[in-house]
Amino acid sequence: MIAALGLAVKNPATWVFLAFAAVTCGSALVVAVSRSLVYSAYALLLTFFGVAGLYAFLDADFLAAAQLLVYVGGILVLILFGVMLTHKIRDINLSNESTNPVVGAVISGFLFLALAYVSLMTDWQVVEHPASATSGEIGRAFVGKYLLPFEVSSVLLLGALIGAAYLARREKREA
Amino acid sequence: MPVVGLEWFLVIAAFLFATGVFTILTRKNAVSILMGVELILNAANVNLVAFSRFVKPAATLGPQSVEFPLQGSAAHAVYGQPWIAGNVFAAFVIVLAAAEAAVALGLILGIYRTAGDVDVDEATALKG
Repeated sequence: MIAALGLAVKNPATWVFLAFAAVTCGSALVVAVSRSLVYSAYALLLTFFGVAGLYAFLDADFLAAAQLLVYVGGILVLILFGVMLTHKIRDINLSNESTNPVVGAVISGFLFLALAYVSLMTDWQVVEHPASATSGEIGRAFVGKYLLPFEVSSVLLLGALIGAAYLARREKREA
Repeated sequence: MPVVGLEWFLVIAAFLFATGVFTILTRKNAVSILMGVELILNAANVNLVAFSRFVKPAATLGPQSVEFPLQGSAAHAVYGQPWIAGNVFAAFVIVLAAAEAAVALGLILGIYRTAGDVDVDEATALKG
């Protein structure tokens, strides 16, 4: 089975990859089923680290760094702020109850099986090309072909910043 | 080439996607649902980067392209290689995920201040 999927068992990098894959999938499972909201949030941290490792294995150096900076350093801290600000900090077991776990498991299990089936059965036209640093290429693409989306996304970030600050501020009592 | 094949990354991304869907379907806490959305976005990103690495696209800046004055290798030198498109798109997804998380948490804080709870089953004030 493992050899059939093209794993180089002798190569230590393969085992590092499998470790990253296990961390990613296992912590994603903890995010989905943990009873404690804080445990879910910290498991999400491990998932983001694992995905950054997968990016590194895909030779996407810029995205691996961006994943660590933006997801781990930004979005995860935002989510932890959300957890802490919407609960009393003294609640050790912040309730994180699940409803309809059976229906959810059936639907998501079917989705996973369908996607995995398509992934494994399709004859992908894989093209061998050597790894090269992506940062310079991404920078060239940002100021060249993708200049307009790049500028629009900066405006979107500004709008999201102002909107989030407006939504999250305390209402001023009108006298 | 990477040590393992394209299928491994696709299956891992499918697993991340399924756990994200499970989280969104079963959780009642709005912050938890946001975590599920982040899982799904990460799954999509892994797919984008994997296809960008393994599958070479048709040359988008080739001789047929009329929108750019430069052609061929000169165009690649200025505008970048065409296979980088998946990486660029993933970078845009990361930017959008950051914006989405900030706005969603602002909304969740607003709901918490109004309703005193972030249970999505209880937020029924707009129910017709």
